[in-house]
Amino acid sequence: MYLIREISEGLGIAWDAIRANKLRSFLTTLGIVIGIVTVTLMATAINGLNGAFHKSVSVIGADMLFVSRTSWFVNSQAEWLKSMRRREITLAQARQLQRELTLAQAVAPMVGINQTVTYQNHSSSSVQIVGSTEEFINTSGAGIAEGRFISAGEAEGGRPVCVIGMDVATNLFAFESPLGKRIKVGPRVLEVIGVLGRQGSFLGLASLDNQVVIPVQQFMIGYLRNPDFMIKIKAIAPDQLEEAKEELRGAMRKIRHLAPGDPDDFAINQQDMFVTMFNSVAGTIAAVGLLITGLSLFVGGIGIMNIMFVSVAERTREIGVRKAIGAKRRTILLQFLIEAATICLLGGLVGLGITWVLTLGLKRVMPVNMSLGVMGLALLVSLLTGVISGFLPAWRAARMNPVEALRNE
Amino acid sequence: MSLIRLQNIRRQYTMGAETIHALRDVSLEIERGEYVAIMGPSGSGKSTLMNLLGCLDTPSAGVYELNGQNVSEMDDNQLAEIRNREIGFVFQTFNLLPRSNALRNVELPLIYSGVDADERKQMALDALTSVGLGDRIHHKPNEMSGGQRQRVAIARALVNRPSIILADEPTGNLDSRTGEEIMALLKALSQKGNTIFVVTHEEEVARHARRIIRIRDGLIASDEPTPPGS
Amino acid sequence: MSEPADKPFAVGRGSSRARSWRVFQAELAESFFMAFGALVAHKLRSALTLLGVLVGVFSIIVVMTAMRAMQHQIESDLSSLSSQTFMVQKWPAVHFGGPGGEEKYRRRKDLTLPQGLAVMRKATLAQAVGVEAQFPGGEMISQYGKAPPNMTLQGETPGSFAAQNWVLQDGRILQDVEVEGAHDVCVLAAGLRKELFPFGSPVGEKVKFNGITFTVVGVLEPKGAMEGGNQDNFAIIPITTALNRYGNLQQNITIAVLAPSRDQYEETVDQVRGILRTLRKVEPGADDDFEIFSGESILSQINAFTWAVRIGITAISSIALLAAGIGIMNIMLVSVTERTREIGIRRAIGAKKRNIMAQFIMEAVMLCELGGLLGVVVGIIAGNLAAHAMHLSAVIPFDWVFLGLFICSLVGVVFGTYPAYKAANLDPIESLRYE
Ligand SMILES: Nc1ncnc2c1ncn2[C@@H]1O[C@H](COP(=O)(O)OP(=O)(O)OP(=O)(O)O)[C@@H](O)[C@H]1O
Ligand SMILES: [Mg+2]
Repeated sequence: MYLIREISEGLGIAWDAIRANKLRSFLTTLGIVIGIVTVTLMATAINGLNGAFHKSVSVIGADMLFVSRTSWFVNSQAEWLKSMRRREITLAQARQLQRELTLAQAVAPMVGINQTVTYQNHSSSSVQIVGSTEEFINTSGAGIAEGRFISAGEAEGGRPVCVIGMDVATNLFAFESPLGKRIKVGPRVLEVIGVLGRQGSFLGLASLDNQVVIPVQQFMIGYLRNPDFMIKIKAIAPDQLEEAKEELRGAMRKIRHLAPGDPDDFAINQQDMFVTMFNSVAGTIAAVGLLITGLSLFVGGIGIMNIMFVSVAERTREIGVRKAIGAKRRTILLQFLIEAATICLLGGLVGLGITWVLTLGLKRVMPVNMSLGVMGLALLVSLLTGVISGFLPAWRAARMNPVEALRNE
Repeated sequence: MSLIRLQNIRRQYTMGAETIHALRDVSLEIERGEYVAIMGPSGSGKSTLMNLLGCLDTPSAGVYELNGQNVSEMDDNQLAEIRNREIGFVFQTFNLLPRSNALRNVELPLIYSGVDADERKQMALDALTSVGLGDRIHHKPNEMSGGQRQRVAIARALVNRPSIILADEPTGNLDSRTGEEIMALLKALSQKGNTIFVVTHEEEVARHARRIIRIRDGLIASDEPTPPGS
Repeated sequence: MSEPADKPFAVGRGSSRARSWRVFQAELAESFFMAFGALVAHKLRSALTLLGVLVGVFSIIVVMTAMRAMQHQIESDLSSLSSQTFMVQKWPAVHFGGPGGEEKYRRRKDLTLPQGLAVMRKATLAQAVGVEAQFPGGEMISQYGKAPPNMTLQGETPGSFAAQNWVLQDGRILQDVEVEGAHDVCVLAAGLRKELFPFGSPVGEKVKFNGITFTVVGVLEPKGAMEGGNQDNFAIIPITTALNRYGNLQQNITIAVLAPSRDQYEETVDQVRGILRTLRKVEPGADDDFEIFSGESILSQINAFTWAVRIGITAISSIALLAAGIGIMNIMLVSVTERTREIGIRRAIGAKKRNIMAQFIMEAVMLCELGGLLGVVVGIIAGNLAAHAMHLSAVIPFDWVFLGLFICSLVGVVFGTYPAYKAANLDPIESLRYE
């Protein structure tokens, strides 16, 4: 009860002091505002980036495994050169894998090349041409929007058919259905039998809708004779991914005739790798970013401390009088702490307001996400800044000898 | 041509709704080399007049001509230059820089007039010696007595060899013997041709001057030569 | 004291140029001492104020030091390429894209030895053409020692020596017949010589790499500044030998071309590009299906990429300086209020407005410069500690040091001006009456 009265008394005095030196209070608050704005803006941007990444990476699927010669993330030139000298992964190996795996729902060999796709006088350049089998549709997140997917027979027989992505469909066929039309895919003419559902882009880099899927045999006849395959495997359930991975590894080693003790001459990739990679990169960026922006808040805090010291020195007589009429150390300490905290909290609130306005503008160019958590944290941080930077000056005031304080001119 | 000519000078201060007339209608002519005492009760406007004469303040109305030039037409830099070179101020309340020692306080006007460091020091030392403080040059104001502080202030006023010396109660804080010494100093300066104004409450002090101007409520009450026989 | 009456009156008196310069000097010196005195008089306050600037400058300098150290490393790695040499390969030298972007390069046909040899024959403008394939890792031993495991075996042609700017210390370079006949000979880089033949000349001696014996025919000079790096840990053998024994004849290689002069550089590049496009049947109008780059082009790519990072970091760090500047302004305003009486005295004694202004701006700049200097020192130390942790050699980014200090002065001037203006425009009489 007593403490509450003291605090409300302290708040009153703090408010008077702030109003008495308007310019000074304004500048001090401005320092904190700048700090809070940069820190929260940074946090907001990191938050938004995180969200965007996780959304984007989910396209890969948490239950997917990807076998290829090279790992997605190669650490050195040497490792890269080494993996480039490995034997190719062939279609036969993919077939064999399909037969051997028990924990896989679908196994699709994939190989790609960029080509120009033409229909009458419309054309689309650098479209990704994917050679695959009927399993492809089961391993990708996309459904069929129109028509049907390639059948097992067509894949095996290398029929001149294709299934096109949404972007290709809209680019080539503005007003008519693509089904049954014959399009020129690089050097060859193929019949469109289906259109894939929209998938969006991966990490904002490559559109997944700008592709044409063709039977794998057709690909090997028409584009690349002995390509290096990537094999996509969908596990029967996401929680059995690890088992599936072990089985896959064993099967691949057997298929590629590796002796026990030989290192793997292939790599198994999965979504996790992206997430781990991203987390380490994003973690570093977040740490550096928050550190650098935190420095401006730190500078703001120093400004508060400095001004509070001045304030204490100027009010030495006032402190003396208060002490003489019975103010305790705690009362004085609280009075100055409250003053510093009020300024900081005020700065925090104004800063949050400015950040909010800025994020509205930033939303257009980058993913930002101003969560309640960030806002709460920002207010807490500004309060803490006030308390920490106000403590030393308040302590100096509280410890003053009343007799000497009163003698002060 | 007189050195100083004041014509219908007014100076008023506005404090909220109230207007205080510190000087109402003052006209004066002072020749080069005169020694003038200004007397009057407290609050009558003596310091205000001194501030005007010293180009520290500008009149609310009226014309102040110094050496034939209208002071109101001068810009801030010219005023500063006049204060620096032509006017030596001895304030009622000393007004020394508290953190600087006597030597630096006296050097200050020379710094603003661009005297070389060596010459500056020598001139400051001479001025301090001439007021009898040659042995106190490294003392700070709070390490000196009131009379010593006053003498530092006088040394500072003299150091740049100004032609006009304005002393606002130079002996107010001093015992009579020290006061006499300071008055003697001013007399010597007057004999060298300086124009001197002294504000004082004491008839004793005023008798050193050759002309006494009495002020009451912002008006000149009387202006006459010092009665002979002092 | 002289006769004052004889002295000309100050009003209307012209001042000579020499005198005004002296006045200016004296005023400046006075301002400096006053500012310094004020800083010393309020030690805690000054310390806290300059700490703000310190932090702001620190954050710029620490990042720039670390980045400069990285850049130096890259530059010295690339410095082995002369400015007239360019490389051709399937993969780009630097590639800042997501993993998705790699697909484009992966799908390209390999650049093969026959193509390299064709360039060698047909590139009439080139002064030298080298074909290279690298085989990292492996064990090389001699009678006397063992090479470090991070060594690289490089298959090369005689032209590589000129193109790569390799200088012989001892023996001779590879010869055409050795490439044609795939002989088992090798030239050692200086780093390997130290390990394998610490005593005498290795020329004519034998070394064994992964079970195959090579005769040493030459040794290279050590590469300039970067001692101790793994730059000098390689052995050169004929490219045919390398592909036969450790790879296959269709595998991907790199071509290094030396243009005869800077003037003919572009022409040479164009000729090589044309030869390869024909060989690799690139349709007219289509993009190259190989990469041509030089040390310079890599550097400029890296610089272009890091430029954005540098600008971003400078901007963010400058925000801390902004906060520091506001702190300075605030404290200077306090200082002006506290010293009102002093200002009044100075004005009464003849200080001009600009004297007062100079004094306070000087004070602000001094605070900033002091903070800035400390920030630079701490920043360089911390940045180099970070560089040390990344195994980079120490650097001092002088340009950023000067820029940082310049920005500091700017902050001082910008944020000191308002308080100084306020001080200069105080009414002298009011200031003298101020309690
Ligand atoms: N800055 C100011 N604001 C308001 N009133 C002022 C100001 N300065 C002087 N006055 C008033 O002007 C009048 C004249 O003051 P002044 O200082 O000239 O008196 P004085 O004759 O020097 O008195 P004393 O002998 O006590 O020094 C006084 O009534 C004073 O209150
Ligand atoms: Mg007075």
